[in-house]
Amino acid sequence: MKTARVPVPLLIPAILGLIFLILPLAGLLVRTPWATLFDRLAEPGVVEALRLSLITSTLATVVCLVLGVPLAWMLARVTFPGRRLVRALITVPLVLPPVVGGIALLLALGRRGIVGQWLDSTFGITLPFTTAGVVIAEAFVALPFLVIAVEGALRGADSRFEEAAATLGSTRWTTFTHVTLPLVAPGIAAGAVLCWARALGEFGATITFAGNYPGITQTMPLAVYQTMESGDLEGAVVLSLILLVVSVAILAGLRDRWLTTP
Amino acid sequence: MSALLDAHLVASRGAFTLDIHLEIAPGETVALLGPNGAGKTTALRTLAGLTALTGGHLRLDGRDLTALPPEKRPIGVVFQDYLLFPHLSARDNVAFGPRRHGMDRRSAHAVADKWLDRVGLGSHGARKPRQLSGGQAQRVALARALAVDPQLLLLDEPLAALDARTRLETRGELRRHLADHPGATLLVTHDPLDALVLADRLVIVEQGRVVQEGDAATITARPRTDYVARLVGLNLYRGSGDGHTVVVADDFTLTSTDTVSGDAFVAFPPSAVALHLSEPSGSPRNTWPAVLTDIQHHGDNLRVRLDGPITVSADITPAAAAQLDLSPGRALWVAVKATETRAYPAV
Repeated sequence: MKTARVPVPLLIPAILGLIFLILPLAGLLVRTPWATLFDRLAEPGVVEALRLSLITSTLATVVCLVLGVPLAWMLARVTFPGRRLVRALITVPLVLPPVVGGIALLLALGRRGIVGQWLDSTFGITLPFTTAGVVIAEAFVALPFLVIAVEGALRGADSRFEEAAATLGSTRWTTFTHVTLPLVAPGIAAGAVLCWARALGEFGATITFAGNYPGITQTMPLAVYQTMESGDLEGAVVLSLILLVVSVAILAGLRDRWLTTP
Repeated sequence: MSALLDAHLVASRGAFTLDIHLEIAPGETVALLGPNGAGKTTALRTLAGLTALTGGHLRLDGRDLTALPPEKRPIGVVFQDYLLFPHLSARDNVAFGPRRHGMDRRSAHAVADKWLDRVGLGSHGARKPRQLSGGQAQRVALARALAVDPQLLLLDEPLAALDARTRLETRGELRRHLADHPGATLLVTHDPLDALVLADRLVIVEQGRVVQEGDAATITARPRTDYVARLVGLNLYRGSGDGHTVVVADDFTLTSTDTVSGDAFVAFPPSAVALHLSEPSGSPRNTWPAVLTDIQHHGDNLRVRLDGPITVSADITPAAAAQLDLSPGRALWVAVKATETRAYPAV
């Protein structure tokens, strides 16, 4: 197809926008201490933060899948009073500044929080400033991503397949596991990857609710921040590079399967 | 033979109300025929339990099904676009029902293979639905519905999604399978040919009500509504009969060789209508002046519509059309022999 002449008032901002997005990433790559990279990567603090990040974001994704897929199903398939309100509530953590989310979590699940108090006195469980707290903070922020993605997939899937299953003697639960889930599997996978990426990058809610303890609650983004604060720019660059590589790898993996725009 | 299915289906949605009685004997195939929006699919969905009844009753083999959810009903459904599960092979699609009815995987696969064999797709078991042609998918859908041994088989426009050629073949095959089905069968369609070929009895619904039912011969000979008349290709008029004449419009009477009295129908095929340039004399007992309003191809002939005291369709040959110099607005004389009309009571 022949490209028509692009108007200058559109062309220039478009190019500037692209540069604006790429320049910082290029800056990161330029300032990477390639010579000492592998030594720095092997530092115990780095490995520990990366390990903690991968574990907590994966666990948070699992939590989101277990809670979010049924929630999305309820929103997409069951008519109940206040459904619109529920959907609106679910999107709140999406637009809420994560720091506020962290404080909200602290008020609910902290040692003096409404539920946290009871958890502490009844089971002796304290969540804030623990690895479990990190998982909760990440899941809180990432759950809306999964619910919205899966609900969209469920709405897009033809519910008449579920009716066909019912006429063949399938109960609603069996229909869910044998027909609905396989039909929306790509949507769930895409939602899970988005959810995982969001959890991996989580900073505000984590540092507020779980603190910043190396080995326990210090995930990669927190480590980047602390390294930077302590004046070790090179160290922060190395940690950032790792997060960048992981993010790009996810994006590349997603693009091939689910994100290809027509 | 007592009815296997005994249903009075009442379902309201907004201004539309479905209210029909249906009885189907074991081994019998009934076609529910009607225009779009007549409530055919709603009727099928209430039988399957996918749409709730708001009244009436539903008994199958003496058992009340009204309160049962779809998965507990002894039914099989072939949907209009088949709805084969895209992630399962043809064999697993057919085995899905038996598996849900508690059969172990091996037995269910054996049942599925048997049914795929019966519909002539024994070698296609491993294929996914997207690898099947339209006709093959239709047969897999039929096998899937029959694999649960339903007492009531429901088919929703089973041939509508097929092209003309495949449709012809599939229709013949479907007829064979329906004849073998020991339970009751209800076929929903808007295609009179499907209904005539596949069903033992026709039930015609319009606007949620049964307007006529009976075997094909009765319905084609004696239509009772404009829809049915158009379906079977007849001109139909309702009026007041007195001996050989029926008053069908103000001061307009049709004459028939049949004898009727009171509320009556008069019907005649478009091929019985002759057109003339001037008032004909002689044998025809029904003649009137009319104006041509429409010409369309109809097979090898032309079908024309004429306005006058009554609106009538006529079939004429292209040669006759050329001779009469037909075009819309042309004034003509219409003649219909009394021997070509049928008159019968409307009640």
